[in-house]
Amino acid sequence: MTTSSMIASPAQGSSAPGGGGPLPRRRALGAETVFRGTTTVAGAMVLVIIVAIATFLVIRALPSLGANQESFWTYEGWFADSDPPQFGIAALAFGTVLTSTLALMLAVPVALGIALFLSHYAPRRMAAPLGFAVDLLAAVPSVVFGLWGRDWFYEPVSSLSSWLHSVAGWLPLFGSDGPYGKSVLLGSTVLAIMILPIITSLSREVFVKTPTANEEAALALGATRWEMIRTAVLPYGRPGIIAAVMLGLGRALGETIALALTLGSTYAIGLDLLGPGGNTIAANIANRFGEANATGRSALIASGLVLFAITLVVNVTARAIIYRRREFTESAA
Amino acid sequence: MSLQTPLQSRRVIADRMATVLIYAAFLLALIPLVSVAWTLVSKGLQRLDGTFLFTSMNNIGAFDDRGGAYHAIVGTLQQAGLATLITVPLGVLGAIYIVEYGSGWFAQAIRFFVDVMTGIPSIVAGLFVLAFWVLVVTPVFNDGRPGFSGFAAALALSVLMLPTIVRSTEEMLRLVPAALREGAYALGIPKWLTIVRVVIPTALPGIVTGIMLAVARACGETAPVLLVAGGNPAINFNAFEGNQSSLSLFVFEQAGVASQYAPARAWAAALTLVVLVLALTIAAKLLARRNPLAR
Repeated sequence: MTTSSMIASPAQGSSAPGGGGPLPRRRALGAETVFRGTTTVAGAMVLVIIVAIATFLVIRALPSLGANQESFWTYEGWFADSDPPQFGIAALAFGTVLTSTLALMLAVPVALGIALFLSHYAPRRMAAPLGFAVDLLAAVPSVVFGLWGRDWFYEPVSSLSSWLHSVAGWLPLFGSDGPYGKSVLLGSTVLAIMILPIITSLSREVFVKTPTANEEAALALGATRWEMIRTAVLPYGRPGIIAAVMLGLGRALGETIALALTLGSTYAIGLDLLGPGGNTIAANIANRFGEANATGRSALIASGLVLFAITLVVNVTARAIIYRRREFTESAA
Repeated sequence: MSLQTPLQSRRVIADRMATVLIYAAFLLALIPLVSVAWTLVSKGLQRLDGTFLFTSMNNIGAFDDRGGAYHAIVGTLQQAGLATLITVPLGVLGAIYIVEYGSGWFAQAIRFFVDVMTGIPSIVAGLFVLAFWVLVVTPVFNDGRPGFSGFAAALALSVLMLPTIVRSTEEMLRLVPAALREGAYALGIPKWLTIVRVVIPTALPGIVTGIMLAVARACGETAPVLLVAGGNPAINFNAFEGNQSSLSLFVFEQAGVASQYAPARAWAAALTLVVLVLALTIAAKLLARRNPLAR
């Protein structure tokens, strides 16, 4: 039915005595059905794409996995372009987890601090523009962070490295005596800065939603501002904080270009943070793709499949926490 | 207060310390923001001029200090534009399904996986388009050669933009008051026409904001473009055939070139990219502030 036909209908109806005819019958293939069908197909595309990603990555990964001479899960090296190919994901997966864990340890306390600052400490007029400034950090493309880390930020980090080595060099973490440049420490710090905004904005959202009654009850019992936050805001926001951290972790695990520019691209499992080294699944794909042959590409796709699986698990867990939380708060309201 | 007991003063000290730490956390976060901005402007302006913006890298060797990013700017605009054309109809219609029509487990599953899809790493999206479009579909029309192109990059960017656009549109549609829909139904207007003529126009400013933010994100993505666009130092206006570059890819390439002139080019391109992305982001946020639904 179009607009013009609707306007025309009263004129037709006036000719019939008694006015008003039968309701228009619903056609099997009317505009309503077509529109509804189109939106359903568009919605289903999301599911189709996720299934297609998994399917095509598996199909293209299989050839190299079949030709691999070493164990994919335990071998540390990456000689996927040689004949016969030898490659394994052990060092890369370890590096991915190490870099992301370090980045989370650096970012989470600061992000929670910023979120509390914006929700409970900053003057109300300042909170919005300051929050906007933090959001701007999220808008900076990752390649710019990588370039900044490689061309400028490495200097303060190498001074920090030599200081850490002189103070706590007996720890295996700080065992390397240089030269300091592209290292796990540099990569994780840059990564921490990059995931700061997402953790901040998500936890700020839950902090702001703390019921005023809970906060006022705490204050009325004589709590200081910090005690009020500890007893009313943080417990209320705990599921939200966990979800925010998981989403930050998902972002960190998949970060590519910034780490390709700031990690040392070595293939070894080790806890040394300061010396030249470090690598992740994603950074390895970006660094090796250019010179990879057909088998090499297939091997990189296999490693990407592992990354896809890891991030899928992390994201599904985070979303499941948020969804349970949402049901809880909606039923309570 | 002379009556303060040691316990009370300990509590006051803890409160003061928490305040100091929380202010410090905020100031700490401003350091990288200021530092990135300062480095970007001071290093980027060295080469950012007409030559840089309007010449390409064709025939520019390692000992050549000229060259520019025109080919990359063309690539970024075409790829982001194509990705927007693909994603906007799909994303808006998908959100309409979730909010207006969907019910039961199927709509729930779509909502859930839209959220999960937001977390797919950009490099995985690139690998997907590589494994699907570049290595499987295009060789059929291409005598078996893989077809790297700007369009492939647009496809990868679409995979990344789709969940963002569905999500933001969904939120905006939910903000449209039910009374508006009911008023339209009461006038005998069918549901689809109500959505097209009443719901969408009401939510439009918010939808556009979401789209602009998604486009801004997509412009800055490097990894998928690196995998499927192929890179090209010359200008290529045809996104459907032949390799293409993009601004972010250009930054990454120049960062890896061993030439004393490469870093200046990388920073100038990075500054161009950030100006483009920030202009989109800030425009989107200003538009959001004028959105009557959002308050």
